[in-house]
Order: sequence, then structure tokens, then C-alpha cells
Amino acid sequence: MSMCLAVPFKIISTDGEMAVVEVNGLTQNISIALTPEALPGDWVLVHAGYAIHKIDEAEAKETLKLWEEIHEASQY
Amino acid sequence: MKLHNTERNYSEKLKDIETLARGLPAVSIMEICGTHTMAIGRSGLRRVLPDNIRLISGPGCPVCVTHDREIDNYLELAKDKRVIIATFGDLLRVPGSKGTLNAARSQGAGVVVVYSTLEALRLASNNPDHEVVFLGVGFETTAPTAALSIIQAKSQGLGNYSVYSMHKLVPPALEALLCDGSVKLDGFICPGHVSTIIGTSPYTFVAEQYKKPCVITGFEIHDILDGLYLLLLQMRQNKAKIDIQYIRGVKPDGNPIARKTMDTVFRTGDVLWRGFGVIPNSGLHIREEYRDYDASVKFGLAMDHHYINEKEAICSCGDILKGLKTPNECDLFKGLCTPLNPFGPCMVSTEGACAAYYRYEA
Amino acid sequence: MDTITLAHGSGGRLSRELIEEIIYPIFNNNNGHELYDSALLPLKKGTIAMTTDSFVISPIFFPGGNIGKLAACGTINDLAAAGAIPKYMSVGLIIEEGFLIKDLQEILISLYETAVEADVYVVTGDTKIVERGSADRIYINTSGIGIVPEGASVSPKNINVDDLVIVNGTIGDHGMAILSCREGLSFGVNLKSDCTPLNGLVKELLDVGGISCMRDPTRGGLASILLELAHQSGTKMEICEKAIPLHPSVRAGCDMLGLDPLYLANEGKLAIIANPSKEEEIMRVLQSHPLGKNAQVIGRVASRDLKGTVLLETDLGVKRPLMLLEGEELPRIC
Repeated sequence: MSMCLAVPFKIISTDGEMAVVEVNGLTQNISIALTPEALPGDWVLVHAGYAIHKIDEAEAKETLKLWEEIHEASQY
Repeated sequence: MKLHNTERNYSEKLKDIETLARGLPAVSIMEICGTHTMAIGRSGLRRVLPDNIRLISGPGCPVCVTHDREIDNYLELAKDKRVIIATFGDLLRVPGSKGTLNAARSQGAGVVVVYSTLEALRLASNNPDHEVVFLGVGFETTAPTAALSIIQAKSQGLGNYSVYSMHKLVPPALEALLCDGSVKLDGFICPGHVSTIIGTSPYTFVAEQYKKPCVITGFEIHDILDGLYLLLLQMRQNKAKIDIQYIRGVKPDGNPIARKTMDTVFRTGDVLWRGFGVIPNSGLHIREEYRDYDASVKFGLAMDHHYINEKEAICSCGDILKGLKTPNECDLFKGLCTPLNPFGPCMVSTEGACAAYYRYEA
Repeated sequence: MDTITLAHGSGGRLSRELIEEIIYPIFNNNNGHELYDSALLPLKKGTIAMTTDSFVISPIFFPGGNIGKLAACGTINDLAAAGAIPKYMSVGLIIEEGFLIKDLQEILISLYETAVEADVYVVTGDTKIVERGSADRIYINTSGIGIVPEGASVSPKNINVDDLVIVNGTIGDHGMAILSCREGLSFGVNLKSDCTPLNGLVKELLDVGGISCMRDPTRGGLASILLELAHQSGTKMEICEKAIPLHPSVRAGCDMLGLDPLYLANEGKLAIIANPSKEEEIMRVLQSHPLGKNAQVIGRVASRDLKGTVLLETDLGVKRPLMLLEGEELPRIC
């Protein structure tokens, strides 16, 4: 057992601190108490039955673009 | 959803790494996290990296660093007929000085493998005549979920639920490793999901004080190749900072709500790590306010910091966890110590350095 | 009476009622085969294949089947993979007292229907009842007899260098479907166990020819069965990770639980080792059959190797040896 398996899931519905999430036909009931900002339609990283991070797709894509520029610019 | 750099394919990324490595002396890079160890092993990455890039597996497998004394404590607890042990799967085979949970179960102990503390709570409410004890292993990623379960148990009035906290913290172990100085390390692949919780600032001392580059990295092979690239780039530029490669999973300030939850329930304390001994402020103890949910209080489980286990004296797990030895350099590896009959915990956990070597690097 | 009691196993009136009123009606119209303690079976020319298997699975009902269907498939597929045409089957039941009679009926109906589908007759059987706590609800043993047609030979001895390694579809479906109903791991999957009799598909494959050997990768998964075949044939096999068909839910479940799909159980899959000259015809037969739609060539036999090795080519292009599973594969979260 090591640190941490966490897998991205999409939130289908929420009910208080609980949410139903899905990815590739696999669904589970998880707690979103640690990511209260997460709404249906959002992607979250799920670890051991709890969402631990809301994935901000737009922000991640933006940073990725910047990051690819580093990659391009730093050729030795 | 592809939120990692897939512009380049694997072989192009490997070529980029080779190009960067050409300008460097021999460097040793530690992947702290066991999930990285596992992903690296499964992909066969070590076999295709340039010769001067050495990947060393670090102390980031919570099972591997769980001390014999803790294991013996919960095995003793499992003998109590009132107790149902709720545990993550990998603890089942971890040997203490007198057996494993698996063996205890075959002798009638109540042991249930759970995927989350939510299941452990359910177990407690379905079995009001039993005491459900959740074995809390894991680092910062997992500790908040154990903390929440305690808060929930309290609010639901579930008096038959408790947690045996063996949770540990990653940055103090890094500090111990760097402080020890016996291993030459040139950079760190920092754990992705621990960082999801703690963010970048706990690693600052590694870059500032010890001048070692750090890259917080995701777990797909694309991620690991990109992480290595960023790490080598820092080395080429003589920089030492904390980069985040795993941008889709980690915000610079981590998850403050998860940290607050952890702080509400736990306080830090000095704890024993297998192979390291006592590391100051590296463990999480349940606070006084929640003592009713603390299995070590409820069942009087003592921790003796001077506890010495004979097995540990022969087993090289300590040196392996510190990166001083690779698993195949241990005399017991593959002979006396195999995943089916593990001598030390590094062979037990799938993500332990020894088990990953056994399965993938042999 | 809703539940099984110890008296059902006493050999007295209740035993007779259980057999005559509950069990026999399910197996009636069994092509004239009466269920006696010993079945008398006419013998044709050829070689007889015989197999036995016990089923102790928990949960006994799962998405896509139950222990009864599994008990039929397991024995039918063991015979089919050996190149035999499955013919007859025995059914031995060990039932814990307190078991629901309606569950027993459902399980036996599945077993019977699966046998009928595979053209196999249940010709004898046995029922024992044990005290509560002495068994976990129900255990089933099935033994089967099949006829190997003259001239047919399917054996690891036939495996040659350059033979192809083929699977008839996505792997790990059964293992993941079972895991989804384990206590402590509550998740749902849009996925059924692949539990199904394979003898129809096998017959079509044998008619094409060029099949060196086949095995059904059940417990231990594809990795374990390929290692066994490599060992028995003294060869080195190379398979390519990318080519192995996986249901998306199995992939997601493996990521979530930290499991390797190569070691998950299958109940409707075949690992087929075949002569490359027949590749096109074999793949055509497979892909036009409902049980082979997702068939893939996943690798080949690379060389002779007395140790028996299987190398997996990873996405990085590295070839690493597969190992036998050490102990049971446990779900992990951390």
C-alpha cells in the first residue's frame, strides 16, 4: 500500500456531503466534504471514497499550454 | 479528459530526457511515493533511462514504514472477540513479530477489508454489538479521510467506532533523510496526491536549505517522463525550486479544507518509522477532544519508542527506505523474503520497493 | 417450507421431497436421462475427456450470473478448451442449513439452462446438507465428460515458435463484476461477468484448424494461464500491453483499486495459441461470433525457453517478465 491511488471521477449528482460519481461506467457513492465547492458536472480526484481535489479543467489546460512552451523553449 | 502533455509521444520524451542528461554528471533521483515506484516498475522505465540517471525508491509506502510495534498492537487487538478490524487490503499480509492479519482472520478474528472509512463507519452502525476499529495507515492523502470519519462518528453518536492512527507525514521524513546525509540525492520526484493536500510550501526547505530540485509529479508514464524532464531541466540550469508537473491534481496551496479537517482531529507527535527510528513531529495522534474515538486510548495500546525487533536488525528495509541499498542488494531478497512470505513490510505492499523490484525489475 | 434444514439431508421424507419436488423438476426433460446415483453412458469412438471443479464463490449472485451458471460454465469450458465436445455433467451440492429454497431453485435453473445451451446433460448428482456455520451457504461441484473427436489434438506440446497468442475478448470482466459486490467495496459497474459456455465457439475454431492449444484463463487471470502454457510448452511468449482488450470499466476499477487486470478472473474467455498461417481465418471466425467480437492477437511465441517465460511489452516499449501472482490480489487504496 503506498501513498495514494486517486482517480478522476465526474460528479453526477450531489446530496449534502455525499455525491454519486462516475467514470467509464463505474459509479460510486463518495463524500465531497473535503471539496464542498464541487458541483454536478465537475471532475474530482477521488481517494478512498472521498473527493480530495476539484479538477479545474480550464485552469489546468491553461497551465499546460504555458508548460509546453517551456518544453519547446528549453531544447539543448 | 487528457490534461497532461501528450503532444510528444513516449520515445520523443525519452529522447528529450537523454538530451538533457547528456550535460549532467551521474545523478540520483528519489521517487518518494510508492505509487510512483509501482508505476515506474510496471512501465519498465528504469531499463530505458540514460545510464547516468538513477531512480531510487524512497520511504513513501505507509505500510513499509509502519513499525512492528504498531502491527503487533493491532494484531493483539484482533484477538478480542468484540473487535472487528476494518482495514485497507494491503495490511492483511504485513508481518509483525508474531503473524499477520490474514493469519489472525483464519483463526477467527473479525477482519473486513474496506475501500474507505465510509465503509468502516457503515460496518460500525451495522454491528452495534461490536467495536469497529479502523486501521489508519497512510500519509497526508489518507489522513483527512480518517479524520472526517471520526468527526462523523461523533456527530452520529457511533460509540463503537474508533481509529488506530498510524498516520505519518511526508515532509518530516524528507527532512530526516536529507539531514542524515548518508545518501547522495540530487533531486526529488514529489508525491502527487500527498501534494494535492499539502501543496508546495512544505517542500520549500528542500529547495532552499538543501538546494535540491523538486517536481510534484502525476502517476501516468507521461507524467513521470515530464516530471523527470522538469527535474533534469532544473539541474541543467543549476536551479532548485518546487515545480508542479501534476497541474491537474495539485494546487500550489493544496487543499486547505482537508488540512483543517486533519488539524481538527489530529495533533503531530514524534513517532517510530520502520528503518528510520523516531522522527520528530512526523506522526498524527488523535486529539484529546476525540479520545473516545482513539483506539489506542480505548484499548490501551502502548507505543514504546525503544522497541527493538530482532527481525529488523537483519532486514535491510531501513537502508532500502533511505535509498542506501536497492532491494536486490539485500541478502534476504528473493530467498528468505518473497511477497508470499515477506520478511519485512517493503516486500508486503505491492508498492513497497522490494515487492515492486520482485515483480517488475527482476 | 422456505429454507433448507438439516432434515433435508437426513435421507428421509424431506430428502425425498427436496429431490423430487425441488431438484428433479428443474432437470426434467433431460433428454430421457434419468437422474440415478450412477449414470450409464453410451460410448462412441474417440478419447474421453474428464474434468472436475468445485465452486465456492462469494457472492453467490453477481451481475451476469450466479454460482449455478458458473458451475456449469466452468466445467463445460474446461472440457471445451481441451478440444473435447462436452457431453455429460454431474452436480454435487453442499448446502448450509437455512439456505433459501427459492435461491436454490434459481441457482439450479441457471445451471440447467446453461447446460442446455451447451448441449450438455446433467446425468447424476448428489445433495448434502451441513449444519449452519459449516459451509458458506452453498458449494457446488460439477464433473464433466466430453468426447475428443478423432484426430483432434489441443495440447501445450503442440505450441511452436511463431505461434500467435489470441484472446477472444476483453479480460477481467468476471473478476471486476465480482469485486463490485464485495462487502466493504461498494461500487457499481456497468459491466457483467463474462460467464458463458464457450464450447460453440471452440467447435468453430477447431473446424478452422491451426489451433495449437487453448486454455480458459479463470482464477489467476490471463497472466497466470500464459505463464502455465509457457512453462508446459517450454517457450517464451511475448505479449503487448497495448493490444490486450479491456472494458473501460475494468480499466477504471483497476485504477481505483490498484489491481492488475492481467490477474483478474475470466469465465468466458480463451487464450488461444494458433499457427500464424491460419491467422486470417481464425480472426474471421472469432470476430463474427458473438463471443469473439473483441478478439485480438496480443502476442506471439518468440522462442524456445525451458524455463517458460512470458514477456510483457509495456507502453514504453520495454519488455518485462510477468510473474506468478504471490497470494491473492488485494484491493488497495493507498
